[in-house]
Amino acid sequence: MSSFFSYLINGISLGSIYAIIALGYTMVYGIAKMLNFAHGDVIMVGSYMAFLAMGSLGLPPVVAVLLAVVVCTILGITIEKIAYKPLRKAPSLAVLITAIGVSYFLQNTALLVFGANTKMFTSVIKLPPVILGDGGVNISGETQVAIVVCIIIMIVLTTFIKKTKAGQAMLAVSEDKGAAELMGVNVNGTISLTFAIGSALAAIAGVLLCSAYPTLSPYTGSMPGIKAFVAAVFGGIGSIPGAFIGGILLGIIENMSKAYISSQLSDAIVFTVLIIVLLVKPTGILGKKINEKV
Amino acid sequence: MTLLDVRNLGISFGGLRAVDNFEIQIKKGQLYGLIGPNGAGKTTVFNLLTGVYKPSDGKITLDGKNITGAATIDINKAGIARTFQNIRLFKDLSVLDNVKVGLHNQYSYSTITGILRLPKYFKVEKEMNEKAMELLKVFDLDKEADFLASNLPYGKQRKLEIARALATNPKLLLLDEPAAGMNPNETSELMDTIRFVRDNFDMTILLIEHDMKLVSGICEELTVLNFGQVLAKGKTAEVLNDPQVIKAYLGE
Amino acid sequence: MKTKMNLTKSTKSTLITVGIVVVAYIVMQILGGAGMLSSLMKGLLVPLCIYAIMAVSLNLTVGILGELSLGHAGFMCVGAFVSAFFSLYFKETMAAGPRFIIAIILGGVVAALSGLLIGIPVLRLRGDYLAIVTLAFGEIIKNIINVMYVGRDEQGIHFSMKDAYSMNLSSEGQILINGAQGITGTPNDSNFTVAAILLVLTLIIVLNLVNSRPGRAIMAIRDNRIAAESVGINITKFKLLAFSISAGLAGIAGVLYAHNLSILQAQPKNFGYNMSIMILVYVVLGGMGNIRGSLIASVILVLLPELMRQLNDYRMLIYSIVLIVMMIFNWSPKAKEFREKYSIKRLLGKKTEKGEA
Repeated sequence: MSSFFSYLINGISLGSIYAIIALGYTMVYGIAKMLNFAHGDVIMVGSYMAFLAMGSLGLPPVVAVLLAVVVCTILGITIEKIAYKPLRKAPSLAVLITAIGVSYFLQNTALLVFGANTKMFTSVIKLPPVILGDGGVNISGETQVAIVVCIIIMIVLTTFIKKTKAGQAMLAVSEDKGAAELMGVNVNGTISLTFAIGSALAAIAGVLLCSAYPTLSPYTGSMPGIKAFVAAVFGGIGSIPGAFIGGILLGIIENMSKAYISSQLSDAIVFTVLIIVLLVKPTGILGKKINEKV
Repeated sequence: MTLLDVRNLGISFGGLRAVDNFEIQIKKGQLYGLIGPNGAGKTTVFNLLTGVYKPSDGKITLDGKNITGAATIDINKAGIARTFQNIRLFKDLSVLDNVKVGLHNQYSYSTITGILRLPKYFKVEKEMNEKAMELLKVFDLDKEADFLASNLPYGKQRKLEIARALATNPKLLLLDEPAAGMNPNETSELMDTIRFVRDNFDMTILLIEHDMKLVSGICEELTVLNFGQVLAKGKTAEVLNDPQVIKAYLGE
Repeated sequence: MKTKMNLTKSTKSTLITVGIVVVAYIVMQILGGAGMLSSLMKGLLVPLCIYAIMAVSLNLTVGILGELSLGHAGFMCVGAFVSAFFSLYFKETMAAGPRFIIAIILGGVVAALSGLLIGIPVLRLRGDYLAIVTLAFGEIIKNIINVMYVGRDEQGIHFSMKDAYSMNLSSEGQILINGAQGITGTPNDSNFTVAAILLVLTLIIVLNLVNSRPGRAIMAIRDNRIAAESVGINITKFKLLAFSISAGLAGIAGVLYAHNLSILQAQPKNFGYNMSIMILVYVVLGGMGNIRGSLIASVILVLLPELMRQLNDYRMLIYSIVLIVMMIFNWSPKAKEFREKYSIKRLLGKKTEKGEA
């Protein structure tokens, strides 16, 4: 029973990281209507930044995380400006291919700069583990922080979108870009802001991910990126609570299947659950149903 | 003899009753008009007749066969073909191929025959090409047969949609605002074409139209729809002079 | 008269496309015979055909049917493993020729059936959702193969999903599929001639399908599903037809792949979503729905990084930049303006105008 509880907590923690990444996917999808395949690689860049800041520059973890966030934010805005903005009116597949190009670009740049060798990431979190139930349940500092950070991000983000002008502008652009522009919303600025927020979140997720699973390579972001994308689709892409629910569920399913079924088959199980959910609800758990007008 | 007999047809979207207690009887060979103000539910009636929406209640009979709630493709096979208010052509196919897609169920050979290019492929394709060109000629589109459908001017796109619908060899042709976006010259040309189709293909035609010149010029009978319900029906001239109909169109 | 012309036009185009492959094959054979091909180039001949088959078959799903699939490598994986298993099983008991022919058919058919099986539930989804589910299927197939253990001894076939020991093989037993270690010892039956023939067959199948009654139905669904339904096209039937033919051809590419290597493993780099995406890049750059384009794009894009080998670490970086720049050049409004201004046609046009004046 106590082991079940630790698997569950660890699952929620992993899910929290997926949720933070998925938020980036889902916000960009909602506003720019594109699958930003390079999002996973922004995570990797963020992790390398934190790694360098702590290792080579000897900066304290908090500063390292802040540096990673700043670098990724600038990176996100730059990618959008250079690669995606010229393609606003292009077919979605052309944008998808560009995003794939950006993903390859980031991976191979990292490969050149940092080398192919896997780096050992030192955790930024120095909290002692919480031990419950006669030592049967051991919740590590990383696990606690991931969950807390995810909850804080959810609350801040939801409030930001509900209460601020910029947040409302994001909603307006995601509903109808043209109409929003006519109403005086700065569409380009709003899209940049979305990429900035998404990339900043990716940096945080990267640091959390590498603190919990301390290996870092140019391909670190790839699989978690895909999983988070799956989580976003799972919850209903474009929906912020959907990304949260999708991420958490995905983390739990993945950890539970690792623990109780097969560690090698856990990815297959995650993907199978996704397919079943989509077959029952074709636009995800919280996705809107779209009817084509005849 | 009645070709289309619709009784008590209705559909609700959530709480909204989009079409209610709709009735229509169309005789073979008739040119029938369905008119009404914007949002009256005319296109919804077309969507119900062609199986795009499933009716909440009522009965649709085509040539004595009950087609209520049938799937779109079965309704097409039973003999109803349509055009769309917002043109829906196969835009990246040639004009000729658009019509050949319409001929899909009139001619047949297996996928294997097509891939292996067996003699039957060449024979059937030749027949299909001839039939398609014949139809294109009726609509004066034969010179554009190799054009991409999306490269046709607007008026010709509307004509191509009618040609494609006719290719399915229907008993009843539904035209959803065929004259929309046409200039007066094109409209009067279209009126001739519609008459020609009726006479030469033994076609029964039900059309939705806002252009009153076209409606009064070619429709023999009309049904007027307002707020999803039948407001008036009968001979064209009588219906158009009905004070209730005038009020619905002009407002109070 | 016009109709006759139309028939020959599509046939002519097919002949040109097939001709390109035939000419390339002959040139390569002559160069090879004269000893003018580097060993690198020789080693690339079969993979070139494999990727071309993959791109052409994926174009059937993406360009002709209009559905985005990110799991094409999964079907290649199915074809590869089914056929490699078959060939290994009958390695000693069958002659190489008939064995390879059966392996090709088997790999293609099983991949096509798995495409059909996956397509039935999945093709109801649209756009990005379909893309993510096909991606998921590709990953599931790869994942399951990695935990499959199959062996045989005097008592017959043993199977496990845990490890090789759990199969309880006798000392005489032989492991056929060894989990993540995959299949070792597949006979090397693939060669350039077979690969080129299969590529030609793929091209003929896809091009003839496109220019036939079912092909028109498939493209009609792509262009306008609702209109296609309204003229009596069975949407599900033709979607499944296109999807399973596409999967079957990917399976055949997998057969070639498996019989070109002595060790076959299902790894992210050969059967993962990255491979599916790479094939998709070939299709998009070659032009959606343009079969000849897929052929040419895949050859150029496979060769490009290989020819840049002396650039070593930089080649994939350059490749990614080429990809981004090409997309922007093709689609950005500013680039379009630029191209119109400086297009060769227009520059030539100006010349003649001046000449006339």
